[in-house]
Amino acid sequence: MMPEEINARTDTGRHNNGGISRMVRECRPYIWGAKLCRAYGLQGRSITVAIPYLWMLLLFMAPFLIVLKVSFSEIRIAIPPYAPLFQFIDNSYIQITLQLKNYAMLFKDALYVNSYLSSLKIASISTIITLAVGYPIAYAMARAPREWRLTLLMLVILPFWTSFLIRVYAWIAILKPEGFLNIVLIWAGIIDKPLIILHTDWAVYIGIVYSYLPFMILPLYANLEKMDFSLLEAASDLGCPPGKTFWKITFPLSMPGIIAGCFLVFIPAVGEFVIPDLLGGSSTLMIGKTLWTEFFNNRDWPLSSAVAVVLLLMLVVPIVWFQRFQARRGAVDVV
Amino acid sequence: MSMFTKSLLAAAGIAMFASSAMAAEEKIVYVYNWSDYIDDEILTEFTNETGIKVVYDVFDSNDVLETKLLAGGSGYDVVVPSGTFLGRQIEAGVFQKLDRAKLSNWGNLWDTILDRVNVYDPGNKYAVNYMWGTTGIGYNVNMVSERMSDAPVNSWDMVLNPAIASKFADCGIYMLDAGDEMIPAALKYIGENPDSKDPAVIAKAEAVLMAVRPYVRKFHSSEYIDALANGDICVAVGWSGDVLQARDRAAEAENGVEINYVAPEEGALMWLDMMAIPADAPHPDNAHTFINYIMRAEVMAKASNYVYYANGNKASEKFLAEDVIGDPAIYPTPAALKTLYLTTPYDAESQRVLTRIWTRVKSGQ
Repeated sequence: MMPEEINARTDTGRHNNGGISRMVRECRPYIWGAKLCRAYGLQGRSITVAIPYLWMLLLFMAPFLIVLKVSFSEIRIAIPPYAPLFQFIDNSYIQITLQLKNYAMLFKDALYVNSYLSSLKIASISTIITLAVGYPIAYAMARAPREWRLTLLMLVILPFWTSFLIRVYAWIAILKPEGFLNIVLIWAGIIDKPLIILHTDWAVYIGIVYSYLPFMILPLYANLEKMDFSLLEAASDLGCPPGKTFWKITFPLSMPGIIAGCFLVFIPAVGEFVIPDLLGGSSTLMIGKTLWTEFFNNRDWPLSSAVAVVLLLMLVVPIVWFQRFQARRGAVDVV
Repeated sequence: MSMFTKSLLAAAGIAMFASSAMAAEEKIVYVYNWSDYIDDEILTEFTNETGIKVVYDVFDSNDVLETKLLAGGSGYDVVVPSGTFLGRQIEAGVFQKLDRAKLSNWGNLWDTILDRVNVYDPGNKYAVNYMWGTTGIGYNVNMVSERMSDAPVNSWDMVLNPAIASKFADCGIYMLDAGDEMIPAALKYIGENPDSKDPAVIAKAEAVLMAVRPYVRKFHSSEYIDALANGDICVAVGWSGDVLQARDRAAEAENGVEINYVAPEEGALMWLDMMAIPADAPHPDNAHTFINYIMRAEVMAKASNYVYYANGNKASEKFLAEDVIGDPAIYPTPAALKTLYLTTPYDAESQRVLTRIWTRVKSGQ
């Protein structure tokens, strides 16, 4: 299809025609690329599918296989500090040694199971708080006048312009006993002794909720903004009180946004290391910190790899479930 | 200068010198040393004299350094691990042997220190001592005497005896977050061999540390410097030079805080930080030039006068400031030097036992 044809066709739509013709102009190299591919017998569809698969293969499967390989290895004092898995013997056959004791170790010492459970607990509670804080914000943004929305969206994204590490450090200055929060609270006469928040689990919750809030707001906003608010008018016309309307209509309709937001917060929060390390206390148990100790203090790459593999398996279950949910919803939408 | 600013500068340095490095590869050396551990003037003077640029990067734990070295291809020419770590890294084949022909200042070194290093590096083949110190107790003189006029300030009792440590719980005790230093100290305190690799012996340290755990405000390896200097805490287990830094900061601030450091009389850990060249160092010749420059008596003295740590360079002694060479907290008397003990590398099993005990002590689980 010639670019001019596309242009002509979209023109009939009357909407955004300047934008689309510009897009077409910018896409011209890609269209040429597509032509080139077709000449070599490659279908456009297979290319579009191949790119994400290549991405997965390079950036997820390859590192994962390396970690999996190391997790079946044995610690030794060398560069790298683990024994090779495959050994050529007499140039005629390969000997493969799979060391399973790293996985057995994870269940022998309660430390690992406790760390996993504690991480799941901290991530779950943080996700619920993030949802409770993020939902009203996203809702207000979606109901705000159209000309404000872009600005509001910018305000949500703005913190990303500062390094994550610096933002977490800033919380140390806010939460410490002689920090900003305590100074204000004491000055206001609300408390007379500084609150000990830093280096407790409270600080970890605050850090996670703060850091991951945009990941909750953005999918919720995207969902709520598309919602047909005439449904709410209809409900109100039929005599449904506002509270009930929210729980009967808005909330169920925003379920996909809620689930997407919760996953975006929950999954990275489980493996979080920086926040518990900087804000948490020495009794804050999280799997990210346990993994760090195994890797750096014990120099046990195989065991820390086993910890990482089990963590991944734990997270794959909800991810697969989410995929299924999305696929089902997609099917319903088409129907 | 904070570590953060230093890292930024180091990053900027790498970016700036990357282009010149490509043009003339010889004229650059990548150094990886502990944070707050050198007088920056030394680096400038080295570059002025030799024309070799120094890209200086810093770390704050042996574990981070070791992980980079064991992964291979760190890209550094000179690194400064502590003795125990050096021993294991030599075994792993991380380092190349020093070329003594390129180290004309070898004669400046102090035989007592060379002897001690033998434990980790038999025959001193791989490394040269940069500085050394002890792990002991820093305390706020007034706060301690207010709470206990006859406090046993020269003893580990201060932090390891629950009856005494509890007296200082209200004003704050910090401990290093380093199991491989705190557990040997606890073993020494109860009369065991601090360097024991026997899991049953190492386990005995747990009860000692657990008994005082309720009185420890925090386990951290650097925050105690500021906390002591500001008078926020009264006792800290820390590294000699760091505590002395806190002492000087408090004196400069004239905030009425008086800090003192002791290496407890039961015996304290002596650690040695060693300059070595990775086997895959891109510029080994420059690395030798750099190490040889640091081994000059005047240069080494300048470094010690700046960071308040003792060095392993006998010839540097006549250039040392009186408040360095004359301070028994930095240069212990020969008798005190004899009470200092060394620890050797832990094997995988004993390391695991030690780390596990330390995690339990810190987290209570």
